[in-house]
Amino acid sequence: MQLPDAERLCAALADSMRPGLHPETALIGIHTGGVWVAERLHAALGLKMPLGRLDVSFYRDDFSRSGLHSQLKSSDIPFEVEDRPIVIVDDVLYTGRTIRAAMNEIFDYGRPARIDLAVLIDRGGRELPVCPRWAAQALQIEPGKNLQLERSKAGALSLRLIDA
Amino acid sequence: MRNPQLTKNGELQHLLTIDGLPREILSAILDTAAPFTEVAEREVKKLPLLRGKSVFNLFFENSTRTRTTFEIAAKRLSADVINLNISTSSTAKGETLLDTVDNLSAMQADMFVVRHATSGAPFLIAQHLAAMGLEHIHVINAGDGRHAHPTQGLLDMYTIRHYKKDFTRLVVAIVGDVLHSRVARSQIHALTTLGVPEVRVIGPKTLIPTEVDRLGVRVFHDMRAGLKDVDVVMMLRLQNERMQGALLPSPQEFFKYYGLTADKLACARPDAIVMHPGPMNRGVEIDSAVADGPHAVILPQVTFGIAVRMAVMSMLAGA
Repeated sequence: MQLPDAERLCAALADSMRPGLHPETALIGIHTGGVWVAERLHAALGLKMPLGRLDVSFYRDDFSRSGLHSQLKSSDIPFEVEDRPIVIVDDVLYTGRTIRAAMNEIFDYGRPARIDLAVLIDRGGRELPVCPRWAAQALQIEPGKNLQLERSKAGALSLRLIDA
Repeated sequence: MRNPQLTKNGELQHLLTIDGLPREILSAILDTAAPFTEVAEREVKKLPLLRGKSVFNLFFENSTRTRTTFEIAAKRLSADVINLNISTSSTAKGETLLDTVDNLSAMQADMFVVRHATSGAPFLIAQHLAAMGLEHIHVINAGDGRHAHPTQGLLDMYTIRHYKKDFTRLVVAIVGDVLHSRVARSQIHALTTLGVPEVRVIGPKTLIPTEVDRLGVRVFHDMRAGLKDVDVVMMLRLQNERMQGALLPSPQEFFKYYGLTADKLACARPDAIVMHPGPMNRGVEIDSAVADGPHAVILPQVTFGIAVRMAVMSMLAGA
């Protein structure tokens, strides 16, 4: 299966988002792939607010089944969340459970004015009523496969399909 | 024999002692604790990891700091916390330890945080739970007799790593009443497991256990010699309430020889940090000028202790 070029998708995503952003909008990337995409968008969009980063491990709904993952990252929200428009950024949108966890976590920092969702790939298979405002591409991926964003040593982003 | 603290898959089931835990588990606890420190900065200082779980604080011995930080840690993880004041409870009416445990298990306990004056009490509880088929209930040792105080040892390691980064180049001195100290035992096991090349214990002969050198430490009775070029000074509390017989002439004399003053601290490296597990006896084991001085990291230890206890509870609950 020919996968799309991740760098081109990032550029296209930034272009589609540009008209809909408010000067006070802040991006929050979800570790790890979502942060890489958010870094690209943040630079391309020239946003005033610094970039936020979330590790949603503490809010996942499968904690009681699979425990905490190793390699936890610290969440870092370097701006006031209260009354701010926020865009959650992730690489691949699938069941929607990660986004549910991210929204719960964001509300523990304050009450945002609104939350939108921007993703590189919408692969379908939703298990929660979550809908992205911006998705650079929709792509049907069979269950049992994981679509992953990877970053090379030189910093280039690419997509890879692996067995789950 | 399998380590009774670990599951079949090698995950942490209970935290009873640092002795025998592999370095990977200690490092994993410290790594996991780091993101929990950030929670204290938030508007809502709460995470949902232990939502719907009941944590019982079973303190058969007095404690303020440890009990409070365990309580805060569990509450920040959204657990329901039940503090049992044992001196006014059934134990005082004659109920045995294991009967108390059985009754609380029947109340759907998920975790016991146990402090007991008898070494091995938390281990006994863990063993009993396994025999009763209650493996889903986790036990954390919050200090047992002279044996162990693993979360204190771990929060001390977190503090050292925070300030000194790399364990493998450090000289660390533990000073004072090592004989009665479960904290010292946990510190020694943690430091040697994490690869600290030189651990020293400093104290009068009467307060240093015989054969302590078998744990891989160097013994000093002269404090200035023992503090020479150390990176980390870990003070211990002089345990007056555990002192039986005349092990010391007087607290004043102890201070003269083993109290940490600015003058003695000058023997250590200029960037040395000073730690104390609390509660401090000012003017007995530590001078106020040092306790409140620039080398002291005693209050950060308390703050880090909450994150480390949150990490331990989360890892147990997820095992």
